Order: sequence, then C-alpha cells, then structure tokens
Amino acid sequence: MTAHPTLAIEAIGLAKSFGATRAADGVDLAVRSGSVYGVLGPNGAGKTTTIRMLATLLTPDAGSARVFGHDVVAEADAVRGLVSLTGQLASVDEDLTGRENLVLLARLLGLRRAQAKARAAELLEAFGLADAAGRLVKHYSGGMRRRLDIAASIVVTPQLMFLDEPTTGLDPRSRNQVWDIIRALVAEGTTILLCTQYLDEADQLAEGIAVIDHGKVIAEGTPAQLKASVGSGALHVRLLDPDQRPDAERVLVQELGAAHAEPDPAALWAQCADADRAAEAVAELARSGVRIAGFSLGQPSLDEVFLALTGHPAEEHATATQEEPAA
Amino acid sequence: MSTAPTSGAPTEAAAEAAALRQALSATPRPPRPSALSAALTFGWRGMLKVKHVPEQLLDVTITPVMFVLMFTYLFGGAIAGSTGDYLQFILPGVLVMSVLFTTVYSGVALNTDLTKGVVDRFRSLPIWRPAPLVGALLGDSVRYLVAGTVIIVLGVVLGYRPGAGVGGAVAALALVVVFAFALSWVFTTIGLLLRSPNAVMNAGFMGIFPLTFLSNVFVDPETLPRGLEAFVDVNPISHLVTAARGLMEGTAVGGDLVVVLATAAALTLIFAPLTTRLYRSRG
Repeated sequence: MTAHPTLAIEAIGLAKSFGATRAADGVDLAVRSGSVYGVLGPNGAGKTTTIRMLATLLTPDAGSARVFGHDVVAEADAVRGLVSLTGQLASVDEDLTGRENLVLLARLLGLRRAQAKARAAELLEAFGLADAAGRLVKHYSGGMRRRLDIAASIVVTPQLMFLDEPTTGLDPRSRNQVWDIIRALVAEGTTILLCTQYLDEADQLAEGIAVIDHGKVIAEGTPAQLKASVGSGALHVRLLDPDQRPDAERVLVQELGAAHAEPDPAALWAQCADADRAAEAVAELARSGVRIAGFSLGQPSLDEVFLALTGHPAEEHATATQEEPAA
Repeated sequence: MSTAPTSGAPTEAAAEAAALRQALSATPRPPRPSALSAALTFGWRGMLKVKHVPEQLLDVTITPVMFVLMFTYLFGGAIAGSTGDYLQFILPGVLVMSVLFTTVYSGVALNTDLTKGVVDRFRSLPIWRPAPLVGALLGDSVRYLVAGTVIIVLGVVLGYRPGAGVGGAVAALALVVVFAFALSWVFTTIGLLLRSPNAVMNAGFMGIFPLTFLSNVFVDPETLPRGLEAFVDVNPISHLVTAARGLMEGTAVGGDLVVVLATAAALTLIFAPLTTRLYRSRG
C-alpha cells in the first residue's frame, strides 16, 4: 500500500440540524488514507448524518470537510468522483436484477456497454452472486443484498468508500463474508470509513476509531488506546444455558459488585482486574449450579469502553434495530 | 491479514479470495459519461422496470380504452346526435386527456423512488445532475406513446377517420407526448414536495382533472356560460386539443401550435430546474 501524504478525510466542526435536533454538533475527524476508520456510536448518534455530509448528500450548516483535499461543498463534483457510498438502506434497485444493477452503475460511471457487462459479470462471480445474477434484488437475502451493494460501490475502484452499518441485520456467516470483503478492499488501497454500532466490528476491522454520541466525537484513538483509557480488565462468562443468565448475574453482582449482559443471550461480563477474585467468582458460579461453557479474563471490550465513556451501554440502542436471529 | 474462510473447502475459499482480489484490483475510472448518455441510461432503467412488471402498462392501455368507449357511447347520442359524429369530435380530446392523466404517475413514481436507498447512490455519482429525472421522464414518454397509440388505433377500429391520414395522427401524437413530457415536470416537483405517493396522486388529480374537463375536450366552448367559456379559451389544454384536432384533420393550427409549444417550453424551463434543485437538496 502506497503511503499518501494527504488525509483521506479531514472534517472540522461539521454540524447539521434537522429542526430542533442537532444531528451533528461539531464533528472533527482526521482519517489517514489507506486505512479503515471506524465511527462508532448508537443509533441516532449522528453517524449517518456525518457520512451524508462527507458524501456530498447533505450540506453542512457549519464547519468544513475535505476529502483528499477537496472541499465537500465547493468541490462536490470532484469529491463524488473519488468516493462511493453503501448506505444503511441497501443502495441498490430492488426492482432490477443483480446484473442490471451493476450494468446500470457501470454505464453511469462511463464504461462502454461491453465493458459494463464484463465488469458486472466479474463482480457477480467474485461476490458469489453469479447464480442469482438474473433474479430481482427484492428476492435476495439480506446478505446477498449487502454483497451486491458493496459490489455496486466498487464497479470503479473508489479512493474512499463509506460503509454505513454494512452488517446490521446480517447473520454471522454473511457478516464474516462482508468483513472479508472489507479487508480485501483495504489491502488493495481503498480507504474505508466504517460506521457501525457493533463495537466488535470496529475492533475487528478498524485501525482508528472515533466514538460518537449526541452528534459529537467523545473519544478517539486506536482500539487498544480506547481500551487502555478505561483501565481495567473484565471477566467474560459464557453459559451453557441462556436461561441461567439471571442466576449467573446475581452471583457475579454478589462477588464482583456489578455484572452486565452481552448481546449474546448466553454471555455476560463483569469488571474485574484481579485474577484471584475472578477465579473465586467462577468457582462460586459452579457451586451455585450455573453451568459454564467457557470464561476468560481479558482486556475490556469496546462495549465496556462505550459504557465507561458515555455512561450508557451501546446495546441498549443496538438491540432495538437488530434483526439478526439468535440462531 | 487473515482471510478466514466462511464456507466450503479451503481450496474453494482460496479460489473465492483470488476472484475477489482480481475483481478489486483497481478498475481505472473512465471519463464520465455525457449528459445524454447518463439520461438515456436512466431511461433504460425505466424500461427494465416495465420489462419486469409488464402489468404497469395496464393503466396506460385499459384506462384510455375505457375513456374512449364510455365517452363515445354514453354522451355521443346526447351531445352530437350520433356516436359516430361524436367519436370524430372527441377522439383527439380523449387522446390529450388520457395521456395527460398518465403524467401524474411520473410524480408518484419519483416520490416512491425517493424512499429507496438507491437514490442516495445516484445522487453521490459524478454525473449530470438532472440525468436521473430526465431519464425517468424519457422512459415515461414511452408510456405516453403507448397510451396515445392505443387510443388512436381503437378510434380507427371504431370508425374514426383522421382527415390528414396517418401523418396527421402521428404529428398529433408527437405534439401530445411533447406537451406531456413538459407537464410531467410539474408533477415531479409535486412528487418531491409532498411526503407520500398517495398525497402526490391526490394533489395531481385534483389539478389535472378540472383542467382537462374545463377545456374543449368534450363540448364546444360556445355552449358554456360566459365566465367558463373565457377560462376554457385560455386553458392551455384547450389549445393542445385544438392543435391535436387540427393536425389530425389537416386544418390550419399555426397559432395553437405556437401556444402549445411555448407553454411546454415554459413549464420545462420553470419546473425542470426546480425539480432538479429539490432532488439535490432533499436529504
């Protein structure tokens, strides 16, 4: 990967209000070119508004932003020539087939008819959609739609790609596929701005993370720095039987002072820096009849970071929109 | 970087990964397409939708057939003394009315489109700004053409004879489609201002319904009360009907043609930029 001296994104004080709601309230971002940068926050934190301003779809009320040195307002057309967008609503046409969607975009990007067809075929093959190429997108599964959406974003390789919650609502297998695609894209030199409410996702993919809440960046750094800023470790426990979680929670509160549920219905965690006390807590769980599938003592997860930074857990918001079946 | 295989044998996963890398390896950006090419591509998108859901054409085929049959046989005897004479009088008017009714759907379709994520992608492309709108209306013009053709053919089957022959009928159809294209911009503007497709439909028909009925489509304006007659005489739709009749009958229509084309140009010049601006800023 070539090192660009410029920043892919430089935003200073970006603000946008809708009526009385300040969706973005002075967002500052500096994203190095060639990296995945995570913007992490619950629903309604201002992530999508920020992306839409950077992608020239919304005009900021205040502040400014540059994409590879081009102002997103004054040089909007130049910016559009460098970026592509994968929106929270899949940005593909449901009433067309997968192939037609890609040919349409290829033509709009200036490819000739034959080139457009060839490029569409290549992308469908690479994204595992060749068999579904002739089917209408409205009959696609969520995972297929996401993959088509990303394929549509790279018909012509963008310098910068906005991914707005690319795995929301996907099953774990489709999510892993999307993650593989993102990693491959970055390896080819594309810069990615990844908005997500899944802390796990930012932890897996992003080199730098901005935590955003109520329209402001409240923390910024590498995943490791953010974890270190919280300062303590955590005991993670996975149960054999999710029904026993309330029992386990009671035991952990008693032993360690507090316990928190994780998105996985069979998992929970508690803050704990001391290995001996953790061992004692696990032993107490076993004594009280809670069956344990596994446990670990480690650095705090980003969930814990979020809780420490904002005073409220991220999943509280996340579960509301999560369509993902627990299977 | 780990490429964790998610399915299948490792070799299969490796092949997939290789195909992915190949697809990702930079496709250079070609020069951006011309304004016309971008608009035509969006017109093609409209055609594809008709191809996938041909039932969409029912409203532009069945409704005009109903109009022709109903108005001819219901009012013909009473208004003109015979259904044959009335058909000769009303057919160009029904042609205008049916095609103009169809223009409301352009606004409805645009409003529906806006609820979808794909519009964000279109708006973030480096293309001629009005291309998605111009292209959609070019696609709709094909629908207008279908509706108009159905009416003329049905009229001829029922005994209508254009005095100026096929050439006159084709010229009248072309004029109506051009005017419909221009009028569509009014409804796309409404389509961007109102919240739901239903609201657009209601507002659209509330406007187009009185405008087409208060014209010379059905009756000779001289039979009307004076105030109404004055309105009908200045209604651009009356001029369009007169021009269409004149073209089909082969009688002189110069003045009406100028009025119709000037109105079409004015509607386009006002509402096309307005629609484009609203489409850009709606966000």
